Amino acid sequence: MGDEQLHGYRGKLKEALEAAGVGIGDLLRFESGDGSFEGSLMPRVETADDWHVVLKLKSGYNVGIAFGEGAKVVRLGQAEKPEFRPPPLPEVKAGLPKVSIVSTGGTIASRVDYITGGVHAAMSSRDLLSIVPELSDIAAVDADILYSTFSENIDAEQWTGIARRIAEKVKEGAQGVVITHGTDTLGYSSAALSFVLRNLPIPVIFVGSQRSSDRPSSDAATNLLGVVSTAAHAPFAEVVLGMHETTSDTSIVFHWGTKARKLHTSTRYAFQSVNTEPLARYVDGKVEMIAESYRKRGEGELELMDSFESKVALIKFHPGFQPSTIDWYVDDGYKGVILEGTGLGHVSTGLYEALRGAVKAGVVLGMAPQCVWGRIDMDVYSTGRELQEIGVEPLGDMLAETAFVKLRWALANSDDIEEAMELMRRNIAGEYSDRTLYTGRFG
Amino acid sequence: MDYAKLGLKVGLEVHQELATKHKLFCQCPPMLFRDDPEYTFIRRLRPSQSELGEIDPAALFEFLKGKTIIYEANRETSCLVEMDEEPPGPLNAEALDICLTFTLLTGGTPVDEVHVMRKIVVDGSNTTGFQRTCVTSLGGKLEVGGKTYSLQQVGLEEDAARKIADEGGVSRYRIDRLGIPLIEVTTDPVIYSPEEAEEVALAIGRILRATGQVRRGLGTIRQDVNISIVGGALIEIKGVQELNLVSKVVEYEVQRQVKLLKIVDILKERGIKATDLTDKPLDVSDLFGETKSRIVKNALSKGGRVLAVKLGGFAGCMGIELCPDRRLGTEMADHAKFAGGVRGIFHTDELPAYDITVEEVKALRKKVGASDSDAVVIVADEEESCRRALSAVVKRAREALEGVPSETRAANPDGTTHFTRPRPGAARMYPETDMPPIVVSSERLAKLRANLPEMPEAKLERFTTDYGINEKLARQVINSDYTQLFEEMMGEDLADPVQLAVTLTEDFRGLQRDGVEIDNISDALIRDTFGLLKAGKTAKESLPQIFTWLAENPDGSPADALKALDLGMLSGDDLRSMVEAKVSENREMVERMGDRAIGPLMGMMMGEVRGRAEAKEVQALLREAIGALSRE
Repeated sequence: MGDEQLHGYRGKLKEALEAAGVGIGDLLRFESGDGSFEGSLMPRVETADDWHVVLKLKSGYNVGIAFGEGAKVVRLGQAEKPEFRPPPLPEVKAGLPKVSIVSTGGTIASRVDYITGGVHAAMSSRDLLSIVPELSDIAAVDADILYSTFSENIDAEQWTGIARRIAEKVKEGAQGVVITHGTDTLGYSSAALSFVLRNLPIPVIFVGSQRSSDRPSSDAATNLLGVVSTAAHAPFAEVVLGMHETTSDTSIVFHWGTKARKLHTSTRYAFQSVNTEPLARYVDGKVEMIAESYRKRGEGELELMDSFESKVALIKFHPGFQPSTIDWYVDDGYKGVILEGTGLGHVSTGLYEALRGAVKAGVVLGMAPQCVWGRIDMDVYSTGRELQEIGVEPLGDMLAETAFVKLRWALANSDDIEEAMELMRRNIAGEYSDRTLYTGRFG
Repeated sequence: MDYAKLGLKVGLEVHQELATKHKLFCQCPPMLFRDDPEYTFIRRLRPSQSELGEIDPAALFEFLKGKTIIYEANRETSCLVEMDEEPPGPLNAEALDICLTFTLLTGGTPVDEVHVMRKIVVDGSNTTGFQRTCVTSLGGKLEVGGKTYSLQQVGLEEDAARKIADEGGVSRYRIDRLGIPLIEVTTDPVIYSPEEAEEVALAIGRILRATGQVRRGLGTIRQDVNISIVGGALIEIKGVQELNLVSKVVEYEVQRQVKLLKIVDILKERGIKATDLTDKPLDVSDLFGETKSRIVKNALSKGGRVLAVKLGGFAGCMGIELCPDRRLGTEMADHAKFAGGVRGIFHTDELPAYDITVEEVKALRKKVGASDSDAVVIVADEEESCRRALSAVVKRAREALEGVPSETRAANPDGTTHFTRPRPGAARMYPETDMPPIVVSSERLAKLRANLPEMPEAKLERFTTDYGINEKLARQVINSDYTQLFEEMMGEDLADPVQLAVTLTEDFRGLQRDGVEIDNISDALIRDTFGLLKAGKTAKESLPQIFTWLAENPDGSPADALKALDLGMLSGDDLRSMVEAKVSENREMVERMGDRAIGPLMGMMMGEVRGRAEAKEVQALLREAIGALSRE
């Protein structure tokens, strides 16, 4: 009996289960001081204690029974192994636009094992079409798994990988590409690809979900239908992020890849456009454009600028911030730092010396707002003016996360600091907006 | 009926809302709201795949037709957890303690570790599409009428959202109720008659109330009843809200199964075979071009069709009554509604009727080639809906050749039931991965064991001795929702025991029968009303009027009621002058009858001052006034 068969069990309890020859799913009788319990053995969460056995009763309920002195395990029978029969694939309908779905992992790409509750990655075309059969009415979908990871593990290597896969798909004639991605760092990735994909001829849409697809209320299917349909038909050729617009399942909204931020830990509408209006909306089966000016579908030939500098930091200033923190980054060879300043873009005067040292060492310094909403202006207070004099670059209304990604990209795709600074100042992918619009209450 | 001979077996699942401070998985108060919702949101629930990759076809059909759900909410009674916008918080410890207390009272075995599960429900009553539920103990037993009934398990689960309306493709639910803790007590199938079923349900209710932590009012306790007879099938009947309906439900279900078995015999005798029944429906729309039937006309004008199937040899069977007002045809209609989302069916055992004429029926029979011994079923709706509906009708007809199909049903207000869905195979349940298991420690159990509440039988004895109320009245109090309030008010010496017991049981039931919504009256209002009585500010004769007013004005106070109803007590002086006036008006009678005049005078006076003066006082004043007159 290997480890896999007794997932999560440890110590004496595991030994007792092994001695009885019981594997996960097997029917057993467990006799303890409290009485006798019959059920199928269920796996145990790795982090749970080592003295409870989990049984699935005949009624379908799981219960935990304590394993103590004199407890006895009797194997009664073999597990009934459910045989997974994927449903038949829907017919491929002729004449539909071709949309490629590239899966990188996250909630949207997972399927739950209904017996153990374990989560598995599942985003082959087949899995996808079986979860959302209506996709076959919208587009000729091909789907493949590029990565299978939580989004907190995604970094520049994966951004580059995604970019190259998109380039292949464009070459193969895809009319739109959809990237499924965990939501935690979705905004970073959509910003990164916004800078990487130059001269993009088709829409590239990032999508995630906030509720796993095992639940009937999952937003995964609604989001997927909305983004695949939009990828197939939208007039724009931009990198965008598509998710629920509100708590209702009625519309999917498309944010500029550089302007979206996860502003809530758990809601379906966690992503919001910051300091700008979204690009478009999918409602009642159709795409509605909100932005007036955008890159049109079909123009240009895709080029990739797909390298990123790894020695860049995003640092949030706070009361009591120690200058030695800055020194550490300089000493460690960092090439750039985005400071998340207070208010219009400030840090304490106690940091001036350290910042001067950083500039002298050739570290690029940029200022982004920790307020999230609004624009940096370092001409209003003397602190701002002094920081500019030291060499801190004000980055307008760019999101701090976007500024961080952009600096990594700018440093890797330029020959010297001046060129990198020039890239930072230029509006490459809608990361700057000219005007700050009134949005009422934030979000 | 000879239930023993029929081999009747009944199991109960009693669900009772718990009066905890918070809901089961969040800090919202377990209460409902009456006003308009502060906000609404729209969702769709996608039938998810089973572990075998299968999707329930009927549920998928409903979904693809675009069934949407509107949820109503306000900020006082729900948060992001009920909206399925935030993971659940930890399981409410107070609720778990109540379950464990029940288990200790009934001798069950608590599980050592509680695992919360998700049970798939896609009708919209749960925003997630599943209900969170767990087993907290196994086994146990209770004694009723000298017999012992074994329990299967005790569980704890979240209550569902309240259905407000169902308008075509849109269901409206209010999420205030969602997440209120429910204890679920499941008996083994060891109950053998309708009366016993009701007795056991009552007994479980009594023990639940003994914990002192249950909610009251309509819908706060609900019974599911599992019923089978030999040769029939196990039928699960959901949502019996009134306790006194339990025996009716069992009785009618047995009738239904017996009749269905009789139909099997009839059809067998006629030599009908499943293969005789084909579900190739025929389009008969052209026969109804000139129809007067509003339903058919409507469907056709919307581009729908009329489809028909012949059920060979079924003539006369469709109209056989299974239980009051429920026929085989009604059963088929339930299945048609479920499978095709249609509003109903017509069958030839009931036609001509509903503005479908003799001529139309004749033409219909001719077109489908039906003889007098055949039945024909028609449906008017969108073509695909008709097809699905009729296919379900034929399937149900084939089942009628076999016996009783195993299914889940729901109770109607009269105790009959209707089909809701096929019985799920293995329960669709899987672990709630957002929550770690909860260990039930021996320290926790020891603490609960040391503080167990009094069992109902002991309480009954104490009520009769301590409060001097008779056994019948004491039993009524213990069987009512007000046991705890009664005891609290007695403890605080707030009322006369008999008066309070009668008010809370017989009087409240009487008012309820008259349509007064007693559930609207909070404990605080009941206390305050008796407070006024005790302070002499109102008379006991006024109580029914005050409670009626409070049920209609639950935000008002008893003092407001007195004002609104003009029921304030008369001052001693006012009453005295009224009495003196009455006596002098009737001087002649008093002179003639002397002291005996007090009887008729009392009647006249009370007619005027009932509720505003105590009878005792009126009598004393009359005696005085008559005495004064005769001294003159």
